[in-house]
Amino acid sequence: MAPAITLAAEAPKLSAANTGFMLICSALVMLMTPGLAFFYGGMVRVKSTLNMLMMSFISLGIVTILWVLYGFSMAFGTDSGSLIGWNSDWVGLGNIGLTELWDGYTIPVFVFLVFQLMFAIITPALISGALADRVKFSAWALFIALWATVVYFPVAHWVWGAGGWAFELGVIDFAGGTAVHINAGAAALGVILVIGKRVGFKKDPMRPHSLPLVMLGAGLLWFGWFGFNAGSWLGNDDGVGALMFVNTQIATAAAMLAWLAYEKIRHGAFTTLGAASGAVAGLVAITPAGGAVTPLGAIAVGVIAGVLCAMAVGLKYKFGYDDSLDVVGVHLVGGVVGSLLIGFFASGKGQSEVEGLFYGGGLTQFWKQCAGVFAVLAYSLIVSAILAFILDKTIGMRVTEDDEVAGIDQAEHAETAYDFSGAGGGAAKTAAVAAAAAGAESKKVDA
Amino acid sequence: MKLITAVVKPHRLDEIKEALQAFGVHGLTVTEASGYGRQRGHTEVYRGAEYTVDLVPKIRIEVLVEDDDAEQLIDVVVKAARTGKIGDGKVWSIPVDTAVRVRTGERGPDAL
Repeated sequence: MAPAITLAAEAPKLSAANTGFMLICSALVMLMTPGLAFFYGGMVRVKSTLNMLMMSFISLGIVTILWVLYGFSMAFGTDSGSLIGWNSDWVGLGNIGLTELWDGYTIPVFVFLVFQLMFAIITPALISGALADRVKFSAWALFIALWATVVYFPVAHWVWGAGGWAFELGVIDFAGGTAVHINAGAAALGVILVIGKRVGFKKDPMRPHSLPLVMLGAGLLWFGWFGFNAGSWLGNDDGVGALMFVNTQIATAAAMLAWLAYEKIRHGAFTTLGAASGAVAGLVAITPAGGAVTPLGAIAVGVIAGVLCAMAVGLKYKFGYDDSLDVVGVHLVGGVVGSLLIGFFASGKGQSEVEGLFYGGGLTQFWKQCAGVFAVLAYSLIVSAILAFILDKTIGMRVTEDDEVAGIDQAEHAETAYDFSGAGGGAAKTAAVAAAAAGAESKKVDA
Repeated sequence: MKLITAVVKPHRLDEIKEALQAFGVHGLTVTEASGYGRQRGHTEVYRGAEYTVDLVPKIRIEVLVEDDDAEQLIDVVVKAARTGKIGDGKVWSIPVDTAVRVRTGERGPDAL
């Protein structure tokens, strides 16, 4: 989140250019959630494809309504205690003027709130990848509502809300390394520690059923991420948004190459899934850092994130937690890497004059980054685990073992993703023709 | 009559079809199949996790022929299916008692 860009002496005026740009960015970020749905949906087995898609899509519904009712107010309202916001005028979004500007910026409040809404939507959706194949849809829907309320809205306030403690401390998080990715990754870890593994984890092969869907999803994420990152400056008056845009492309490219190189050396092949995963790891890592680092710094961030995330996805087999689609390995690790590297690579020439260790700024910023990273990580991990525990003890988090094995799509959605009986249909007509023919035949015999 | 069954590599299908047509076979049935022989399967890697895929995609071709043509037709299929590499598949024949053409009700060799 950008600090106010206009001088105090001169009150900002509504900018049509920035407003148009931010509305487009909001639509781009919205597209990331369906993109994520396909990214995850291709990675699960055929029998749980629809459930995986729906776990993301439902967030578009639930979080939007909560945001209107009280979410925006909690995240961005007047601060109390550096922990949470509130503004009763924003409840229901009823008392906001159409040309009322977001404080210190050149865009209307409505534009800011819809942009931020898209962030609030995708963050819980990110968690779903860790919970593949096994969570009751009703429990998941309820989890999203509770989690957004007690984890996302407060954490967004800490990091981006005026008066939030991390914001005031000077923790740099341009577009959501802590509030979105560490937050979602830590939540995923908290929940899976409570609900446990998929049936057959480490025994049955659980190959992705459609890598083309994964690639499609990764492509949509990459595209939408330009809105997510560049839009987070809330305008284009000083070029920082453009720097962020460029660094987003650079780090993503570097991370994809790094993941592929690591995997070629370690496992012998350049895989499609590796390319998609590396790209996402790069996008995650540059999200907090892209406004603070130089383009060469973005390459470093991308390479480090690509390699570390490629290594981290193997940890689940070692430690036995079923982070099904590597939300922890990619989003938590990528988010931590990107956030902490700001402490080293902040150049002082981007969004602020803060310099990291490699630019003569010492370790001051690094310690601030650590505070932001570990506070969000710990809070989200613990509260998410508690939420999952409560839901599990009341309505139950998991589908029955039989339903999980047979496929959650049928059990929870009464549908299947693909029709494999291609020759189906027309049987009724054929039967009717056969019956008529049989009738004619028997008449002949009678005659 | 004999039923010739060939389980072979999918990419040989076109060659086999052409060879059978040249031989004068009027119809055949093809199904997608999976299995393994001496070649066993292969290994795939997803985010570093290795999966052994031991059932390999194959196609199964079935042709009904008259007894006298059986041996020669087997040779035709084998020749068209062979790549010389492991995993080329198998061809076999079994005797068939009856065959009926559904549309006309013709039986035996007339139905072929």
